[in-house]
Amino acid sequence: MLDYDFMRTAFAAAGVVAVVSGAVGYFLVLRGQTFAGHALAHVGFTGATGAFLVGVAPLWGLVLTTVAAGVGMGLMGERLAQRDVAIGLVLSLALGFGLLFLHFYTAFATQATALLFGNVLAVETGTVWTLAALGAVSLAALAAISRPLLFASVQPELAEAKGVSLRLYSVLFLAIVALATAECAQIVGVLLVFSLMVGPAATAQRVTSGVGTGILLSVALALAEAWIGIALAFFTDWPSSFWITALSAGAYLLAALPRPAWPRQASLLSHQALDQPAPSLTPRKR
Amino acid sequence: MSVIEFRDVHLALGGRPVLSGVDLNVGAREFVGVLGPNGAGKTTLMRAVLGLVPPSRGAIRVLGRPAARGNPAVGYMPQLRGAIASMRLSGWDFVAGVVDGHRLGLPFLGKAARAEVDRALDLVGARDLARRPLTETSGGERQRLLLAQALIGHPRLLLLDEPLISLDPHHQRAVVELARSLQGELGITVLFSAHELNPLLGALDRVLYLGRSQAALGTVDEVITGPVLSRLYGSAIDVVRVNGRIFVMSGHHDAERDDHRHDAPDGRCGSSGAHAHHA
Ligand SMILES: Nc1ncnc2c1ncn2[C@@H]1O[C@H](COP(=O)(O)OP(=O)(O)OP(=O)(O)O)[C@@H](O)[C@H]1O
Ligand SMILES: [Mg+2]
Repeated sequence: MLDYDFMRTAFAAAGVVAVVSGAVGYFLVLRGQTFAGHALAHVGFTGATGAFLVGVAPLWGLVLTTVAAGVGMGLMGERLAQRDVAIGLVLSLALGFGLLFLHFYTAFATQATALLFGNVLAVETGTVWTLAALGAVSLAALAAISRPLLFASVQPELAEAKGVSLRLYSVLFLAIVALATAECAQIVGVLLVFSLMVGPAATAQRVTSGVGTGILLSVALALAEAWIGIALAFFTDWPSSFWITALSAGAYLLAALPRPAWPRQASLLSHQALDQPAPSLTPRKR
Repeated sequence: MSVIEFRDVHLALGGRPVLSGVDLNVGAREFVGVLGPNGAGKTTLMRAVLGLVPPSRGAIRVLGRPAARGNPAVGYMPQLRGAIASMRLSGWDFVAGVVDGHRLGLPFLGKAARAEVDRALDLVGARDLARRPLTETSGGERQRLLLAQALIGHPRLLLLDEPLISLDPHHQRAVVELARSLQGELGITVLFSAHELNPLLGALDRVLYLGRSQAALGTVDEVITGPVLSRLYGSAIDVVRVNGRIFVMSGHHDAERDDHRHDAPDGRCGSSGAHAHHA
């Protein structure tokens, strides 16, 4: 399977994108902004189809419009970024415009399908480098702001009081989400961005409640789902996006199933801890 | 030196006055209960002390300096929000997110920072419950985690906004006692806002009562009187004392309770004071 150039390219592209989506998605889910991420992808569709019209590579159309929309959403603040109706309207309007652009440029019907549902097996070698560069930018930016972003996400009022600008981090984060979304759309298409951005992160947060472990697990899941999905697509000849969405949903369902045995053990352990002599002020090994 | 100093402070939100011309001084190691009907400005007053609501007139000084955002010596527990209950994050990480949270970089903590988180959790007795995700904690347990967050950074002034909301009388007492003992143990100043005076009676040094853009600060005997409260409520108020409890009555109604009835979750708050209406 790895003898084929296009397969190697596909694995590389999906690998880059999965790492970025897994990490960015963790914060997206924690902040309860998944719908905003979904909407950004749709806005990107307009950008990509618009790019066809003017003869630019669709990836740049995607990047430009998603980042612009992300910054705009962030500037409008929490009030809008979390309002479902407004986001839903923007989302459908964006898809409508995308459709209009396609109408003017009918030759690209197959391109439209690839944009909407993704086609990782058709990614060109040069694109991988672009994806890697964009991915490095988003990951570096996320790493730089992750501490105040976490603070602003879990306890906004206190963060504000401690001098963290909620709006600044909201804007920066949504710009990072926008970049990640544009990347993600290359692999699974604008309609299925949820499967790589939200699925693995939500699954990870169901399984673990630590921040570090959660991010690592989210990245690992995204990577596994993307790669296994591509391999399955190779062997079955079904679309890779189908497999990735199926794996993403399957993993979440597995994690969400009730597990009666686990919590009981955990509470037994904590009772034992309670029986021990008075707590000391020394740090606990985590 | 006073810890909080208001000089002719006017606060307004969205053009509407919340406080008009308030002067007050809160000293070191004081436990002050902040009371007043819904919308009286308890939250706004705390946010002004934090530097989040700049006064439209007058000056606020905190620990000897003008009130400004980012003062590490001020701890704050915001009025509880629902969003926390749905976060899939352990209590430990919830508290840890506050340590040096304003600094850029990765959210990984060094040894000293981890020790600080554990210390704050120990102070509120939440070390064990901090292992659980927030989704699996009760309202009272989340209050304790919020209190631990407020204690991060060794504050000298603690602003606690409605820590008793949605707690039953037993847990209310536990939280008040915890806040009072922390105040004594750490030698800090505490502002504790609440819907009702009675749960705070044993712990209070002074009361700050807000109403109709005015404020009255003093001991319970100085502030909780008919004339002072009548001025703050803008209507005739009687103060009735029964078995060491104090009821603020407007005509035949308990004014404190009536004002707050609508935001008492599932009616829990209403039961214990029902007799007051027939007093
Ligand atoms: N963002 C805002 N814009 C305009 N007015 C506001 C805003 N937030 C609050 N207010 C008003 O300011 C006043 C003070 O509100 P505040 O939240 O400080 O009251 P509170 O005493 O904390 O009330 P509660 O007991 O309900 O918590 C209220 O009349 C409220 O309607
Ligand atoms: Mg309030």
